[in-house]
Amino acid sequence: MSAGSLPSDSQVRDPGYPTPSENYLTNSKGILSWVFTLDHKRIGVMYLVGVTLAFAIAGLLALLIRLHLFQPDGFVFKGEEANNWYNQVFTLHGAIMVFLFIIPSVPAALGNFLVPVMLGAKDVAFPRLNLCSFYLWVFGALFFVSALCASGLDTGWTFYTPYSTTTNSSVILATSGAFILGFSSIFTGLNFIVTINTMRPPGMTWFRMPLFLWATYATSIIQVLATPVLGITLLLLIAERTMKIGIFDPEYNGDPVTFQHFFWFYSHPAVYIMILPAFGIISDLISVHSHKRIFGYRFIAYSSIAIALLGFLVWGHHMFTAGMSSLTTIIFSALTFTVSVPSAIKVFNWLATMYKGSISLTTPMCYALSFIFLFTIGGLTGLHLGTLATDMHLHDTYFVVAHFHYVMVGGTLVAFLGGVFHWWPKMFGKMYSEFGGRLSAALVFAGFNLTFLPQFVLGSRGMPRRYATYDPEFAFLHQMSTFGSMLLGFGLLVALIVLVKSLRSGKRAPANPWGGATLEWQCTSPPPFYNFERAPSVGDPYDFSDLEWDAEDERYVKVEPKREIVPEEKPEATPVHADDSN
Amino acid sequence: MSTIEASPEVGHDDHGHDHDHDHPAFLAHHFDTPEQQFDSGKLGIWLFLVTEVLFFSGMFCAYAIFRALRPEVFEGCSQFLNTKLGAINTGVLLFSSLTMAWAVRCSQLEQHKGLVGTLAATLSCAMIFLGVKSIEYSHKWGMGLLPAGLFAYDPSNPHPTDHPNYLMYICIPFAIALAGVLLWLVVSAGLGNKMHVAMAMPLTVVCLCFFVGVGLGMVLESGDETAEHIDVHADPNGLASAPVMLEAEKAAAAEAAPAIAASGAMVSVDESVLEILAGDASNTGVTSGLNALEQQNAAAGTSTITGDEAVVGAITTTEIDVMTPTTAGVFFSIYYCMTGIHAIHILAGIGVLVWLLVRAVRLDFNRQYFGPVDYVGLYWHLVDLIWIYLFPLLYLIR
Repeated sequence: MSAGSLPSDSQVRDPGYPTPSENYLTNSKGILSWVFTLDHKRIGVMYLVGVTLAFAIAGLLALLIRLHLFQPDGFVFKGEEANNWYNQVFTLHGAIMVFLFIIPSVPAALGNFLVPVMLGAKDVAFPRLNLCSFYLWVFGALFFVSALCASGLDTGWTFYTPYSTTTNSSVILATSGAFILGFSSIFTGLNFIVTINTMRPPGMTWFRMPLFLWATYATSIIQVLATPVLGITLLLLIAERTMKIGIFDPEYNGDPVTFQHFFWFYSHPAVYIMILPAFGIISDLISVHSHKRIFGYRFIAYSSIAIALLGFLVWGHHMFTAGMSSLTTIIFSALTFTVSVPSAIKVFNWLATMYKGSISLTTPMCYALSFIFLFTIGGLTGLHLGTLATDMHLHDTYFVVAHFHYVMVGGTLVAFLGGVFHWWPKMFGKMYSEFGGRLSAALVFAGFNLTFLPQFVLGSRGMPRRYATYDPEFAFLHQMSTFGSMLLGFGLLVALIVLVKSLRSGKRAPANPWGGATLEWQCTSPPPFYNFERAPSVGDPYDFSDLEWDAEDERYVKVEPKREIVPEEKPEATPVHADDSN
Repeated sequence: MSTIEASPEVGHDDHGHDHDHDHPAFLAHHFDTPEQQFDSGKLGIWLFLVTEVLFFSGMFCAYAIFRALRPEVFEGCSQFLNTKLGAINTGVLLFSSLTMAWAVRCSQLEQHKGLVGTLAATLSCAMIFLGVKSIEYSHKWGMGLLPAGLFAYDPSNPHPTDHPNYLMYICIPFAIALAGVLLWLVVSAGLGNKMHVAMAMPLTVVCLCFFVGVGLGMVLESGDETAEHIDVHADPNGLASAPVMLEAEKAAAAEAAPAIAASGAMVSVDESVLEILAGDASNTGVTSGLNALEQQNAAAGTSTITGDEAVVGAITTTEIDVMTPTTAGVFFSIYYCMTGIHAIHILAGIGVLVWLLVRAVRLDFNRQYFGPVDYVGLYWHLVDLIWIYLFPLLYLIR
């Protein structure tokens, strides 16, 4: 054996490679073994395919929007119906991105795969419910998209009344679809909370859980608490359209702003459904690829919970201009600032983790670094929007668009990609091209900034959002943004090609390619269908001291120091104190 | 250097897990112990109940908002709800909670007959509830007391006869269910399948109970008809005539006023008298007293007043008809949304209770495995609890 960097006289532990009959991808065959699977890993993979498809559709629509905005009077849609077309396309883009991609992306796709494995459990607590929530997602998605396409919903993804009670497009079908998707989300969240509470193996205490699990737990709390309110809101909206119940419709003495309150009571916490799991991914990625213990573990863990709870108190900041009393707006503004505290705690802890770490600039780490950069911009511009005086000017401008794209795309999507690249070898047992991966990270970073940085300027100069045409003075910035979006799309395409290519021709992945210490790296790549035959021994998830790089097999292995043999000494037949008669 | 292919045996040999006889049939593969399975289910159902509470909370918020915005509408319209029927339903649901709790106990003690009996009793109560509710609904639909957009109540003709027979439409699905269960009972009795007879028999009783509820509702509704008529008629008709009465009284009182004012011994002063007294701007006490009276009148008479208006003539000018779709309809919108979604939950509860009953007849439950009964019990108590809130909010507060 070649020397490598391993100490010569130590024992090395590595789970090796799974046999085809153990590998969860191959242990049972045929399409039905996937359709009716109860294995959380297969369900996670099916979600991954689903959300990727949804993302591709919505991403193409985004490109269409950007292309249209290439010229001040519209480049794509012409004629009398141009504005309608534009409204329908941005509604479709927003609705698919929010309900079908961002909300289920990390929790449902990566979370389903990772939560039980990271926890050391055999499966989630309710595997049937898990499959049911996947099919609810599929059914809801088909329903939703077909409703949107059939009649051209043009309300935006927020379904604001009174427009949504008067428009002729299919609000009822679309909201029914969103209602079904909401239940899918509730069941996933419920499943994860129960799994994390009751399925932890011996030794897995709350503070030995990887931070991804903490983030997933916080996300699940929001999913369980907030989504039912969206459900009833959408149900009341359906009732409003069918029976004219007069709760939201001003024609029947209803109050349209009530809808906004109800809607944002869900949808603001839903913003944290989108970003919290991304925080979890980044916490794990930064620590593993810096090969250094995470800085401020408890602070990061608690700040996830803090964000989840504070997120329920700030919904009013979406409605500063909707006619609330000035006292209410001041209170909501002040509460909004409190959310920035736990978010900042996380960012500082990530930076402190990297400080003096031995950083490997792998593809996941490149994505994690761009996440920190982009999310910080997104978070800081949020302060401008939480401040009453500036929000009066910036409300409903491109500044808002740029802000939430920095958080949702620069934050969640980039973290999602980082997470997919990080756990790809674990999910499919294949290594991808590092060069391709890093190239995609660079392209996405550059393209993203080129797309959305000009939009901050556009917004602060007064370009309103959701307009199909604009003043020629904005043309240059809009064109920059359009070029950027093409670059961003190209970068994402590169990422997809790199990953898909690895499935065909990638190198076989070792159990631990990055040197992670969490439990998922202790089972084979890909994991066996039963995850762990017995409850695994749980250690510190961020203790990298016993992991060594095995240069020969290009993998990290767990090295145990040479054990001393206890001198052979027979215990006495009767303990010394047995004779004591007192 | 040696590489250990970390086989699963390493590390935990001493536990001596043997999966074959450690795993009873009811224990799912991914749980280690029945306790873990039970705890997971219990936490799961509690979380589900939390989502249910939040789901209803949206409607409770809507109730609070619109009650605060239009208290007079809520007071006026809740007169249309039959308190007796509401009270009967409350009692029925409370009793069903008792039998449900009893059922959980039976399942823990492996009293299989008792379990089937208490589950059937719970189901019967649920059916009686729905039967009574169908009387309430069909009665109101017939009167045109519907959500804002469909509201068609006419105070001069509160009981139109040209509407479809709503009660029949509601009863049809239950009648079909009854026929189906009866058929099941007859066929399985004919085939001598004891287990199916044991399932179909209680379910037949359960389906019959819906019609017991309908009958009960009918008796109470017709017995209460006269009383309700007075209520109903007194309310809108009283409203319509109120301004007229006031004008007449005012005219009469104007003549008598000087005498009464002189004597000053009148304890219950007529309002119109006060109004005349208030004409004297220096008489501030009487003015504010009149203001208060006027507000009381307005509240009692379900008319609105606008605070800043001149006092004289305020009562007659601000009179509005509350029995219009845009105002009264809101109350019935909220009423139908809340009770309707509650009724859907009752239906869902009936579904899972039937499933439990079938499993109870199959002797699926034992002292180690009674989780499903427990979970359904919790759900049933929550549905009951929500009704306990709905009943006073909609029926009693006036």
